[in-house]
This record gives sequence, structure tokens and C-alpha cells, in this order.
Amino acid sequence: MDIKKYLPYITLAVLVLFPIVVKNDYYTHLMILVLMWVVIGSAWNLIAGYTGQVSFGDAAFFGTGAYTAGLMVTKLGWSPWWGLLFGGFMAVLIAMPFGWICFRLRGAYFALATLALNEIMRHIATIWESLTDGMVGILIMQDFVSKLPYYYIALALAVTTIVVIKIVMGSKWGYYFLSIREDQDAAESLGIDTHHYKMWSLAIAAWLTGVAGALYMNYMGFIDPHVVFSLHDISIMAILVGIVGGVGTHYGPAVGAFVMVAVQELFRTGGFGIVMKLAKASESEFIIDMAQVITKAHVMGFGILVVLSILYLPNGFVGDWDKILRFLRLKRPNNMDNNDIDNIGEAKP
Amino acid sequence: MSLLRIDNVTKSFGGLTAVSNVSFEVEKGEIVGLIGPNGAGKTTLFNVINGFYKPTRGSIIFKNENVSGKKTHKLCKRGMARTFQVVKPLQRLSVLDNVIASAYVRENTHKKAQKVAMEVLEFTNLAGDAHVISKGLPLGKRKRLEIARALATKPDLLLLDESFAGLNPSELNESIEIVRKIKEDGITILIIEHHMKIIMSISDRVVVLSYGEKIAHGTPTEIGTDSTVIEAYLGVAHEGGAHA
Repeated sequence: MDIKKYLPYITLAVLVLFPIVVKNDYYTHLMILVLMWVVIGSAWNLIAGYTGQVSFGDAAFFGTGAYTAGLMVTKLGWSPWWGLLFGGFMAVLIAMPFGWICFRLRGAYFALATLALNEIMRHIATIWESLTDGMVGILIMQDFVSKLPYYYIALALAVTTIVVIKIVMGSKWGYYFLSIREDQDAAESLGIDTHHYKMWSLAIAAWLTGVAGALYMNYMGFIDPHVVFSLHDISIMAILVGIVGGVGTHYGPAVGAFVMVAVQELFRTGGFGIVMKLAKASESEFIIDMAQVITKAHVMGFGILVVLSILYLPNGFVGDWDKILRFLRLKRPNNMDNNDIDNIGEAKP
Repeated sequence: MSLLRIDNVTKSFGGLTAVSNVSFEVEKGEIVGLIGPNGAGKTTLFNVINGFYKPTRGSIIFKNENVSGKKTHKLCKRGMARTFQVVKPLQRLSVLDNVIASAYVRENTHKKAQKVAMEVLEFTNLAGDAHVISKGLPLGKRKRLEIARALATKPDLLLLDESFAGLNPSELNESIEIVRKIKEDGITILIIEHHMKIIMSISDRVVVLSYGEKIAHGTPTEIGTDSTVIEAYLGVAHEGGAHA
């Protein structure tokens, strides 16, 4: 089947045409978020999925990028768009010393260190009021009223991310990242400076995440420490995007971003208002109360989705695609399917 | 001048001395066997030699340079490669990709790395399995893949940690043949092995460890008749016999 080969191009064409055809600000807004999450999720996938260094602290880089863009306006009087350049750069500046120290840790211990970095950055942004205005946050004027420019910038960024990661993973670095993920000791004994290459992987991931943060500042016009350094809205969401889409698969995070933003929105709006309407139609006080609780519990919905995903689709939507097709009886079971699962993360250029 | 010199190496973990005052040399082009009962400190000594552990005392001299405490990946670039007793292939990658990953140490382009990898796979009789995912390989082939990955780094010294354990007779013959061919290519080999018949037939010299100490050192025939070695493996014979 050649359709798999052309699918990325077809998707790209659809995405390019999307805002022109749909012409709906709300859906365009959602798609901008999806594209932003494609960037963050793919970056997380590079360091965690391909290099095996699970990060719980992507918000540290995201927030750094967002604050860099914001501070360029409030402190330097520059355009926030410079943030797209310097935001990624600042995130790398944070990531490098952190990686140099913390890549001595392995597995869960490294993950805990990233969690600490997340919290440290949030506290710095909160406490250093002379620079960041603390909890007041930063408010800037957006450059465009229309959502279209933001949409196409986000799309360009998402495409760049996917292409950059594709190139990296097809190169010597890609082989080294995967070697480190599979077995650090074996990688060392085969001449790979694991510390060095983990730093490179983190640097690329931090750069991409920082740029996404800068885009967020430009697009939303307002940030505060609790929004951009948020553990559950940014760091955990990045992990969910990766897990639901497929850890260590190339297009997994892109699919994951779409699914997660859709799920988030579905819960947040209570099935786009349907739940509330039905509840009100029942005219029962109790049911209305329950509906209100449900619409507010979207974080719990996330949790349930992750549990289901890990139970039934441990390799995510992309990694377990054949399993989904089989479940829907669209594809006859065959013996080759086992290999499809094993193919994840294969570094074929 | 010897390629590798182990000079009074001691490695202790807290109060436990795993390797104690071991010295021996490995000359260029020979196969040296390292044997000893379980827990004698053979693998620990390997880990000290290839830089996973820093020796508590003593030094490792490789190519006339003191390398004790040097990072493993730097030693690999200097020409020392190893295999693991518990095989550690890059499980989710194909056999070819496994070998390409290690060939990149000396080659810079994908094309060259792939060429080296294919040569090594031919050499180790794995070319037919090049595109198999390494997780699915049987043990015998996985052990050979370990050797292939080490060879792709173009080493001068190859440390083999029980590359023959758990193989069936035909796989054994294949692996022994490969080790012999490696020696013919001028690569020096230090090998840990429990299979006495093999170690005695392929080694030029044998070093015996017991409880972390070197108890004997010599040609296979000398070792085979050494009473301390027999004692270490079989225990002390009772005086007057053990007839009941």
C-alpha cells in the first residue's frame, strides 16, 4: 500500500487548506493549539521516545521560550517575534547546564530531576518580580487580529520540527540516540559518548519546545508562571501527547497532539455543550449538578484516557495502528503484525 | 611491548574485594583465556579493563598508555571493544542497524558505515539476517551479533565475555571458527569462557582467577595439569581417599 507513503503529504495539503475552507475562528484556534502540541510532543518524543531519557519538565523549556518572547517586549521594547529566535536559544541555555549535571542520573532519577527543573523555573518566574512581574504575568498586544498568520506560522513550525527530527534520526545521531535508549552500557562500550549525545538530544528538544513557547506568547498575548510553567498543562500534556500518539514513532506525537487537544476540548466544553443541554432538558437538579461536575473534571478524563491507552494501546495510536484496525475488523489478522510493533523506532533513513 | 598490561589491579566494592592484585600481560596477536569458577571476578576485571569501573589500586596499560579510569567510549575509540555476557543488542533495531550504529565510531557517512556493517555481517555469518529485528534472533545469533558489533568498531583488542555460553554444538563450531578468523586478521583477543575444551583449544595462554586472585598462568597444557587450578575447580582431595 502506497497510501502510507503519501499520507504525510496529503495531511500537509489538508492542513494548508484547512483555515481557508473552514473559516471558523474557533476551529482555527484549536488547530493552532494542535500544531503547537505537535512541536512540543515531537520534541518530547526525541528526548524521551528516541533517546530514552524521559522528561517530566518540558514546561521549563516552554516557559523559558514564552518568557523570553514576553520580556523582549516589556524589557527591550523589541517585537515578540524575536522570541522565536531567542526563545529556543534561551531554552537551550537552561537545558545545557541542567543536562550536563543531571545526565549522570539514569531512568526514573533523571525524570525526577526534570520535574525539579520544571518547579525551579516556575518559582524563579514567580519570585523574580523585578524581571518577570511575578504572578501578574506579562501582557502584550498581539500583532494580528486574524488567526490566519498564527496558524501558518504554527504550521511551518510543526513541519520544520517533523523534518528536523526526521533528518536527525536518519543520521549518525539517530543511531546513537537509539543505542543510548536501548542500552547505555552497550552504547558506551561501542564508542558512543552517551553523556555528550544525550546533551545534544536534549538541546534539540529544548530548542523546539522553547520556540513553541515563544509562539504561544505571541499568539495568546498573555502568560503568567502558572500557565507556561504548569506541570499538568504543559509537562504532563507533552507526555500524554507522546504516549497516546506513540512513543518512539515518527508521526505519533502529531497524531497524539490532535487526539489530546480534541479530548481536552471535548471534556472542557462538556461534549461541546451537549452534556449540559441534555442535563437541562432532563430538568432534574441532580443531573444538572452531575453534568457540571463532569464538565469540570476534564483532567480526570485525561487520566482515564492514559490508563486506557497504556492498557490497550501501549504503543500509541501510531504504534498500534494495526491493532486498532483489527479491533474494528477492517483488517484480517496476520502473522506479520507482530513485527509492526517491533518496528517502532527503527532508524531506517 | 605488550598490547595490554594489567598491573597489580585491585577492585573492591566497600569491604568486598572482587579482584585482588592481578597482573598479567596480553601480547599483540594472541588469544588469552581468562577462566575461573563462578564469582572469581572475571567480569569485574573486564569492567575494570574497559573502563566501566576505575581500579581501586593498580593500573591498566593499553598501547603503552595508562588508561585506568578512562571513559569506556574513549577506550573504544583507541581500539578496545567488548561483548557482554548477558547479550545487549539494540533490541528494536534490525541486525544491520545494530552493526551500523557501532560502525559509525570510525566512519562518518551512512554509506561507509553500512559498507563496514555488511562486511562484518558477512564475516560473522549474519548477512542473511541483516534485516531481522534483533529481538527475534535466537541466542546463538545474538551472541554472534555481539561479536559483530564489537568488530564493527575495528578494534585492536577484543574482550569476549562468555561468547560461547548456551550455544548448541553447531553454533559453537561456527563461533569458534569466527574467533579463529578474527585472530588471523591480527586482532588480539582476551576471552572469558567456562567451556574448558574450547578455551584449551583456542587459547595461546590461559590466566586462572579464583576468589579475585590470579592463581595460575601458562599455556593450556600447563594449566590443565596445575594442581592449584584443579583444587580451585574441584576442591581439595581428601587424604586417604573418600571411599565409603
